[in-house]
Amino acid sequence: MIIYLLCFILFLVGLYGVLTKRNLIKIILSLSIMEYSANLFLVLFGYKRDALFPILEKGKEIQSMVDPLPQALVLTSIVIELGITAMLVALAVRLYQKYKTFDITKIRRLSG
Amino acid sequence: MIVDTWVIFILGIMIIGSIAAIEQKEMLSAIITVGIVGLGTSLIFLFLQAPDLAIVQFLFEIFAIIILVRAFIKPDYHKSEPSIMNKIVTVLTVLVLVAILFCSIDMLKALPEFGNPSMETSKYYVDNANAAKETHSANIVTSIILDYRAYDTLGEATVLFTAILGTITILRIKTKKRKSEEAIE
Repeated sequence: MIIYLLCFILFLVGLYGVLTKRNLIKIILSLSIMEYSANLFLVLFGYKRDALFPILEKGKEIQSMVDPLPQALVLTSIVIELGITAMLVALAVRLYQKYKTFDITKIRRLSG
Repeated sequence: MIVDTWVIFILGIMIIGSIAAIEQKEMLSAIITVGIVGLGTSLIFLFLQAPDLAIVQFLFEIFAIIILVRAFIKPDYHKSEPSIMNKIVTVLTVLVLVAILFCSIDMLKALPEFGNPSMETSKYYVDNANAAKETHSANIVTSIILDYRAYDTLGEATVLFTAILGTITILRIKTKKRKSEEAIE
């Protein structure tokens, strides 16, 4: 239980950054923290005590394997996160070239 | 039980690192501090018996740091952060988040205990090594990604392709100012 709680606290720290920070770079970093904690939460579900990684070997007990399904789902999501981070960075760089600032409150004021 | 201790220890370091990254004044050090969280995630994956995930996470964390540092390395990006932080809003946000945390404790209690998963869906793959027999792959994770859930993987590859396409398109758009500069040249 305490491990799930710590993972959830990590998610909330990222949420705090997204909600209160005004700098676009900080918001991107907070988003990536949230993504890490979500992935971690999924993999934590699949852990079985005293079990081994889900790769078959000779003489290995099949019953003593961790849950392979969350691992398979998280594997592709990690790759997508990098693509999304790259897209957010591109947007932020564009916004800086147009408005000369990363402050989101100023970007809102300088419309057009 | 030793796994629990290690995971709690690394998670504690990750929480401290994430708070440090968010509250850091300088942007470049904030970006590098986020690396603590990503590499800590990679370490925890190793402890949770997920070697594929640990390798992928490690690699992509390094890539992410390289992309972020390369994009934000210009010195004029690191102007002093806006100091007019609305303190009331910050305190209110923290209070709301703590309230969410306390409300969610009951929800977290209802989840299956750590180290004792229900494994209802993946029973088929692991029991009698069905996955290995049907797909002839020793690694059950890859047999799920590329065989049982291949359409899911195809969809995720489409999402990745769209994200990269969007990045390239955004970076190629020329602003009015740039166009006029080029016209003068």
